[in-house]
Amino acid sequence: MQALGPLILSWRSVLAPGIVALTAVVTMLVGSGLSEDESESVGWIALTGLVAAAIASLAASGDHIVTFGGSLIIDDYTAFFYLLIPVCSAVVVLFSFDYVAALGLPATEYYALLLFATTGMMLMAGAGDLIVMFLGLETMSISAYVMAAMAQRDPKSSEAGLKYFLLGAFSTGFLLYGIALLYGATGSIKLEAVAQMVRKHSIALSPFVLLGLGLILVGFGFKVAAAPFHVWTPDAYEGAPTSVTALMAVGIKLGAFAGFIRVLLIYLAPLHAQWSGVLWALAALSMTVGNLAALAQENIKRMLAYSAIAHAGYILVGMTAGRSEVGPALLYYLLGYAFANLGAFAVLVAVEQAQQSGTKLDDLSGLARNHPMLAAAMALFMLSLMGMPPLAGFVGKFYIFSVALESRYVWLVIIATLNSVVSAYYYARVIVAMYMREGAERQAQTRQPTLLFALAVAALATVIIGLLPHPYISASSAAYASAEQVLRPATAALQTK
Amino acid sequence: MTPINYYLGLGALLFAIGTVGVLIRRNLIVVFMSIELMLNAVNLTFIALGRAMGSADGQVIVFFVMIVAGVEAAVGLGIILAAFRNRLTVNADEFNLLRW
Amino acid sequence: MIVEFPALNLLLLMPAIGVAFNLFFGYRLGRSAVNTVSVGVVAIAFALSVWATVKLATMPPGSCLQAQLGPWIYAGPLRLDVLLRFDALAAVMSLVVSGVGCLIHIYSCGYMGEDPDFARYFAYMNLFTFSMLLLVLAGNLLLMFVGWEGVGLCSYLLIAFWYDNPLFAFNGRKAFVVNRIGDVGFLLGIFVLFSAFASHGLWTLDFAEMRERAGLISPAIATIACLLLFFGATGKSAQIPLYVWLPDAMVGPTPVSALIHAATMVTAGVYVVARLNFLFALSPSTMEAVATIGTVTAFFAATIALAQSDIKRVLAYSTISQIGYMFLGAGVGAFGAAIFHVVTHAFFKALLFLGAGSVIHALGGEQDMNRMGGLRRRMPLTHAAMLAGTLAISAVPGFSGFFSKDEILQAAYTSGHKTLWLIAVVTAGLTGLYMFRLFFLTFYGKPRLSEERFAEVHEPPFVMAMPLVVLAALSVFGGLIGLPEGVLWGNQIGAFLAPITGRVSAAPAQAVMLLSAITSGVTFIGIILALIGYVVIPTLPERLAAWAQGLYRLLWSKYYVDELYDFLITRPVLFLSSAILGRNVDSLAIDAVVDGTGEAVQGGATAVRRVETGNVQHYVLIYLGGVLLIVGYYLLSALRH
Repeated sequence: MQALGPLILSWRSVLAPGIVALTAVVTMLVGSGLSEDESESVGWIALTGLVAAAIASLAASGDHIVTFGGSLIIDDYTAFFYLLIPVCSAVVVLFSFDYVAALGLPATEYYALLLFATTGMMLMAGAGDLIVMFLGLETMSISAYVMAAMAQRDPKSSEAGLKYFLLGAFSTGFLLYGIALLYGATGSIKLEAVAQMVRKHSIALSPFVLLGLGLILVGFGFKVAAAPFHVWTPDAYEGAPTSVTALMAVGIKLGAFAGFIRVLLIYLAPLHAQWSGVLWALAALSMTVGNLAALAQENIKRMLAYSAIAHAGYILVGMTAGRSEVGPALLYYLLGYAFANLGAFAVLVAVEQAQQSGTKLDDLSGLARNHPMLAAAMALFMLSLMGMPPLAGFVGKFYIFSVALESRYVWLVIIATLNSVVSAYYYARVIVAMYMREGAERQAQTRQPTLLFALAVAALATVIIGLLPHPYISASSAAYASAEQVLRPATAALQTK
Repeated sequence: MTPINYYLGLGALLFAIGTVGVLIRRNLIVVFMSIELMLNAVNLTFIALGRAMGSADGQVIVFFVMIVAGVEAAVGLGIILAAFRNRLTVNADEFNLLRW
Repeated sequence: MIVEFPALNLLLLMPAIGVAFNLFFGYRLGRSAVNTVSVGVVAIAFALSVWATVKLATMPPGSCLQAQLGPWIYAGPLRLDVLLRFDALAAVMSLVVSGVGCLIHIYSCGYMGEDPDFARYFAYMNLFTFSMLLLVLAGNLLLMFVGWEGVGLCSYLLIAFWYDNPLFAFNGRKAFVVNRIGDVGFLLGIFVLFSAFASHGLWTLDFAEMRERAGLISPAIATIACLLLFFGATGKSAQIPLYVWLPDAMVGPTPVSALIHAATMVTAGVYVVARLNFLFALSPSTMEAVATIGTVTAFFAATIALAQSDIKRVLAYSTISQIGYMFLGAGVGAFGAAIFHVVTHAFFKALLFLGAGSVIHALGGEQDMNRMGGLRRRMPLTHAAMLAGTLAISAVPGFSGFFSKDEILQAAYTSGHKTLWLIAVVTAGLTGLYMFRLFFLTFYGKPRLSEERFAEVHEPPFVMAMPLVVLAALSVFGGLIGLPEGVLWGNQIGAFLAPITGRVSAAPAQAVMLLSAITSGVTFIGIILALIGYVVIPTLPERLAAWAQGLYRLLWSKYYVDELYDFLITRPVLFLSSAILGRNVDSLAIDAVVDGTGEAVQGGATAVRRVETGNVQHYVLIYLGGVLLIVGYYLLSALRH
């Protein structure tokens, strides 16, 4: 049993997510008093709250401190995601303004749910025990279920929400069961205590720990869309309103990976031999399934869903290696992935509105003529996702693969590299459609300053993070090193016993 | 006193029943009830483990899970209702607009 | 002494700002805004160069200013920064690049005044200035390579600026490809140096650090690296064997020829050799090769220039010839003299090109000297400016070219390269001959233009005339910065550069006088021959050409080198790629493999795709399959223990 230490309640750990949650409440209160036309302006409240949270994230940086009786952790790792997640959500808000109105989504609920989802993602990044992790995951997921089904008159949207919800709730059961088994084996749900217990050989190999580990892999595997738990992804991404898809592809991925990496690579590191094999298989399967299926897609949202699966696979390649050198690479990769995807979805949102069209590949034909800036931006994001130097996608991939290679996962890296080659085809297809095919003449123009601003942010980030990677890599290293700190004194204490 | 393994066994059985229910029932409402059954099976496991180890964590968790399950029920039924309005059916087989 | 000087960042970034402005707002804001900004940024860069140079001159010899724009590539022990360093060599070069560049930008405002694509033109010109400044200010070899490639790219873009004309586009490609061939050598040279220094724990490729620890490199490695780098230099600086692109590059706008293909970019090779002089000094055989290739190129190009009739082509061959002199200087160890010649050459060659540009502009695009003649009456100012430039390039005593060329020739003689010296002296005579031939054909004799077109010929407008006047003054007086030792204030530029480039021991005063007298005498013979042939007895050249028909045709056809390359390299490669590889290997073997793989992948894609049936319970089944596999795996491993 754990002795009860002094109960530290630090405001630093809850400031940023607290601001987001509070903003969500304010959004609802203000929105309920506004007419339907006016309610769009609550987006600005949401934006303000997210920016404030991003600034407040600095409060969480610094030493490694465990607060709220082990429920939340303050360190640079937390701060990294406390900063990144609200920024990504803010970009989504920026390109949502006109889109929400155009689709007739209820603006108040939309922004409130977006903020609640953001809170959940941030909690996952800062969670210090499995229950807060679980609550964060549910806060984020349940909000996302509703948002996916929000376009009420669109049967595809409600079907997407339905499938996402059913499989998500189903998957929740497995994750929770895994947590229960781990709790039964180690007597605690606090990650630190679990980590100390699984260091002991007798406990580490008990069926409870192993089964618990397996089910937790399943649960997280579902959230990060790793094959074979990816099946919901294409349907949910395709059916949901595009701005919601962006949130699912970026925010939810970030939250889920933030939790997954912390739990597995830091606290369950002693079980590396037990989980690396399973992750190997998940990584190889995700990359292959994602890239192969993406080849045959005509709808770009669906293609990006499979691309997201493939990218989850690349990240899992790094996690499989499991050395502490890979941590910074993973965080850096997430950074590049987030902005390239945000940008791609922003372009789709713009295209849908400017052309009153869908998101089929054909709808992008001749985009370079009609909207040269949009086409150029989309090409940039596709090239980054493809892994073209000198963009962020390339540096991240290169970084992860080289660490995996150092850890002697040669075959996995070969599979990953082959997959990268395959992926070039479908990303290039988008560019070909935009630049080399004739499209119908369309007069409509995009003149949304907020959307263009979001695009500019994403494009600049994609270029700068790739071209001058050094500051971002050192930030990732600092974040990961700060999260790892927790284990050093514990190891020392165990050894002295 | 009943050995803990009995509780754990019952929990696992309920979980399995729920899983099979999700897999084979066609009515979305029943599918959803099966999911709730899975969650409650885990709750039982938590309580049993917490009591066996003399730790309060297990009991507290159950409260959180119940809240989450409640929220899921509210949201889930809403989504099923929205889907029903669009398609006038709650048969899981008929929701296949999105595929391939 | 090393002093941090952040204004260097601004110096480098000013032209980059110009590029962004021209690209994004150029066409929207119109011609006058583009002119103002494009010239303005280069002028500010020049002002900053002057400031930095003044600051540098007040510091003890061997000092430098530096600024770090940011970290660049950090990987393992590799440490590469975007580090700018402003030492004496960089100072001289950046003054030339920004100063002459600024004048040519001003001239361009007039020359491109009618062109609808002005914003694109100035964006390229600013980008070129940026790349060239990056090249000369770079603190390490790899950063310098970025600038090196950047100027190559701009050269290509500007040669093919009027890409509607397929010939122009082809010539642009030719320049690019030939440069790329040289770049392969250059890059290999960087790799060799990098691995050599890295094995001694030096991972930065920093010039100052390499210089300090050059002793670690064995002469054999130094020879390989320097030969490879020099091969790259022959591409960029148009020397044998890679000079063929420069004459064809003359299809670009004339200010481009003046800035890129005369004053700055083509001298980058000389700059690299001077910058890395500590490495070249390790390898006497490479130095011999540099000197020999330079001299032979100088002579060879001068003979071709004798028989060309296109005014810009004559100037292009004279550029090749003059750069040959610079390499001769570098090859005999007189790196300072080589850089001095870079400077004076930038003055007079820019002047000659801009003067030629004024003539071409006035004649509505006419470049053939056979249709000019007698222009001195219609264009007295251009005539005077061109006379100054011609006297300077012919190295008539007192003019700028004399001092720099003389210094090179002295160094060649005193270092014992008597044969090379003799060839170079003969070339000096040829220079006087072909340059005055150009001058007389253009401005003297009877007008060969129709009456009404001749009447329309006019002086250039003020924006074009002003740079001509400034450059003419520089061509006349620019040599005063490098007087021979013992005369008045002596060799100022040589002393300024000495900490970087070293100095060669001067010959005894009597020998200096004698050598200068010989060279000047030969030059005057060349000039007098031109006077006789093209002013006094205008029929003489034709008779001469008829008499020595074979030689004339050989020169006129540029020794058939283009045809030779075409026959030896281009055709075999094309044959290999189209006939053998294309028709057989590619279409039969590789296509089968590629298409087969493609089809297999597509088949796999369809199969994987069909898994997504859309039925949520099928999804549950797949999910459960995954769960069972994982759970089974862990149960098995639990049982094993």
